[in-house]
Amino acid sequence: MTFALEMRGITKRFPGVLANDHIDFALETGEIHCLLGENGAGKSTLMNILYGLYRPDEGHIFLDGREVHISSPTDAIRLGIGMVHQHFMLIPVMTVAENIMLGTEIVKNGFVLDQDTAAQRIREISHQYGLEVDPSAYIKDLPVGLQQRVEIVKALYRQASILILDEPTAVLIPQEADDLFTIMRELAKQGKSIIFITHKLGEVFAVADRITVLRNGRVVGTTRPSDATQSSLAAMMVGREVILTVDRRPAQPGDIVLEVRDLKVLDDRGSMAVNGASFEVRAGEVLGIAGVQGNGQTELVEALTGLRPTIAGRVSIDGVDVTNASPRRISEQGVAHIPEDRHEHGMVGSYPVADNLVLNTYYRQPFARGAILDHRAIEEHAWRLVHEFDIRTPSVYMPASNLSGGNQQKMIVAREFSRPIKLLIAAQPTRGLDVGSIEFIHKRLVQARDQGVAVLLVSAELDEIMSLADRIAVMYKGQIIATLDATQAERATLGLLMAGVTSHGA
Amino acid sequence: MNAETIHNNPTGRKRFVTRARGLGLFYLILAIIVLVWTLSSGSPQALSRLGLGIILQPPPVRLTIPTQPSLIAIGLLLGVIGLYALLRSPSERTTNVLLGSGALFVVLGAIIAAAADKSIDLVGLVKDSVRLATPIMLGMLAGVMCERCAVINIGIEGMMLTAAAVGYMVSLYTQNMWLGLLAAVLSGGVMATLHALLTIQFLVDHIISGTCINILAVGISGYIRAAFLLKNPFGAPGLFPYVFQGTPLWDIPIIGTILFQYQPMVYAALVLVPLVWFVLFRTPWGLRTRAVGEHPRAADTVGINVFKIRYVNVILAGCVAGLGGAWFSLETVGHFDDLMTNNRGFIALAAMIFGNWNPLGGAAGALLFGFADALNFKFQILEVNVPYQFIGMLPFILTMVAVAGVIGRTTPPAADGQPYRKQ
Repeated sequence: MTFALEMRGITKRFPGVLANDHIDFALETGEIHCLLGENGAGKSTLMNILYGLYRPDEGHIFLDGREVHISSPTDAIRLGIGMVHQHFMLIPVMTVAENIMLGTEIVKNGFVLDQDTAAQRIREISHQYGLEVDPSAYIKDLPVGLQQRVEIVKALYRQASILILDEPTAVLIPQEADDLFTIMRELAKQGKSIIFITHKLGEVFAVADRITVLRNGRVVGTTRPSDATQSSLAAMMVGREVILTVDRRPAQPGDIVLEVRDLKVLDDRGSMAVNGASFEVRAGEVLGIAGVQGNGQTELVEALTGLRPTIAGRVSIDGVDVTNASPRRISEQGVAHIPEDRHEHGMVGSYPVADNLVLNTYYRQPFARGAILDHRAIEEHAWRLVHEFDIRTPSVYMPASNLSGGNQQKMIVAREFSRPIKLLIAAQPTRGLDVGSIEFIHKRLVQARDQGVAVLLVSAELDEIMSLADRIAVMYKGQIIATLDATQAERATLGLLMAGVTSHGA
Repeated sequence: MNAETIHNNPTGRKRFVTRARGLGLFYLILAIIVLVWTLSSGSPQALSRLGLGIILQPPPVRLTIPTQPSLIAIGLLLGVIGLYALLRSPSERTTNVLLGSGALFVVLGAIIAAAADKSIDLVGLVKDSVRLATPIMLGMLAGVMCERCAVINIGIEGMMLTAAAVGYMVSLYTQNMWLGLLAAVLSGGVMATLHALLTIQFLVDHIISGTCINILAVGISGYIRAAFLLKNPFGAPGLFPYVFQGTPLWDIPIIGTILFQYQPMVYAALVLVPLVWFVLFRTPWGLRTRAVGEHPRAADTVGINVFKIRYVNVILAGCVAGLGGAWFSLETVGHFDDLMTNNRGFIALAAMIFGNWNPLGGAAGALLFGFADALNFKFQILEVNVPYQFIGMLPFILTMVAVAGVIGRTTPPAADGQPYRKQ
């Protein structure tokens, strides 16, 4: 039989990495084919090749049995391939219609943009596939779920018959993800073929017709949901048996360590990002902050760690007021911080691992004597942590930027845990990491809790929150709208709360 | 949340300095200065005569008003505006209205004060403003065209200077003004091509590249002047002709003076402003240009050639700046002086920011700066009792005020100044 798409023997090398190693991949017409794999397994590289953003070093691509050469997105679009990128390719200050028609504009009188006809065509597509969007709305005013819908309409507007969805659920709450799955099934029913990239196992079973698993740039196998289980897929992804649940005892909460009252923080554009948030974290418990990205979590963490000024409210640690205190003063109160953006705030990429491991303690004994650094002490300290935290690096003098994401994060965790702490603030601690590193970091977080550290965990991954947190606070539009006991929190309830729906009606 | 709720919050840090408050304080101080100055130094009998040009036949029509009472009224009005903005924390929109009306009163007050016991021709002032705004307007358009596709261009000054020199040289040696104009436009384009190559191809920092262009232009134009202009066998080529001279339009009272007594570059600017606006906001090319300026990766993924868009826009912008250069040597002065563009290329960027990267708003900004220039000249001629250096500073002070955001929040294109690499 002929496939809608067939990729044969695709190989792509980057300096030092074999990103795709003779990958064979086939997509049937009208199916939803899940491409599963860890970060760095080669999923995105393969799809970027298909969309013309990369050229393969070897291999062939066939559409409906005919070989094609795709050297640019223009070629891909012309051949009916549409891609919804993980980071939306939308222009916030333009309207839905302008975004959708961009590059394939309709004109009247020879050279004037014809917004009306474009809007008309968008409405037709909306109607046909059940994708309601308002053509005249500005992207910046739309919630993420709708923006994603615009991206899908954008691909359909270009008459895509093959749709690539790159980690489309990463930014969605569970209910929005369910809506997306409904849309995907409708599209497949109408003959569109869909490649669905993900690393979340649950979603695979919700929507996929077939599954292809990638690992280290190779195809591990192709299977059907009926023939697989979550643990069999996880084993395929990682190459060994994986424990999917975090093993932990009930929390033994002690005294209040972090207390936040009516905190208000502005974002970079001067609008209210944290709008009167109040909560507390006790010693020996993990408080998880759940919420869709962009509801003030980033600004909250920055305010708590002294990186961003607050405009109102009070933050205290062990009863000491640290509102608007400097990062160093907060750190000296026994606060550890695993920042959301490890490249920007977590490390200095061009510094060696050893120096990165003393970024928070370099000015103290034994690493400094007066104004002079003691390099012997720093090196010994580094080797000790490298072994204890299993940081894979040939030398402690390797620049931190040369490490893999997982090892960089382990390095940051090692540094933060290398001194006595009372409070750990972990923001998206496992974003973009491989399963092995995720397991390791989760274990360390629970360990810290069991030793009596108060842990504030901010994560966009609901699964992570549910498996680690003892209490779950839901953040919506800058406020903590509910705090639930983790044992009683259900996915559906949390999902509704993340969308701002409280039980008393919104 | 507005400023008041923050203010009422007892625990938080108060954000005391808001835009409305700053504006209010500024106008209040201005009002006090106006009142004190009027009451202390003006003579009560002085009359200000404001000319409206020649309407039907000579003599010119004049509006005569008593100086001191008018100034006191204006001072009081400014005080009211200042107090209102300071105490009532008005909305963004109201603040803009207050800002605009206040500025109008300031300008009126300045004119009335300058015309004490003298006469100022208002119609002539408007005409001079438009004329002097022309190079700023053309430079502003060049800036908008570049920055809308995310290339910062602080080299407009240099592009205009080069064009002024090359244009004059060619018109001198060919004794043809229009060939000179063509050469000016092309030389602006060539300088812009250099900027495009450096920033788009070689990913040089846009500010550094623009600075290089400016320094290079001083050298090139200085060399041209020394080698070809100081000693030459030809007579001066003259100036561009007045477009409507000799037609009935020229002689229409007031309107004729304000609209039809200009040379070609003025009209070029007045036509290009709406044209660039139209292209940017109503055509596919403009949509693509703005997309490239906001999110080049997104444009790339729908098959738009980011590099082509940037090259074409930047080079065309250089040509427009070249027109601005021709204004100096071929339309206004009639020869070439070193550094004759006198920072108008930088003022143009201020006009661009003032207009929030929109050609129409930018043109308003250019007219404002042109007006400051015209007022400066007028004051020098009238020997007004204000050191002319202060009036000369006015455009630059306006620039700082505009750039500091008092005019309102301005948002540059999101990718402005960022290099683009293919994945």
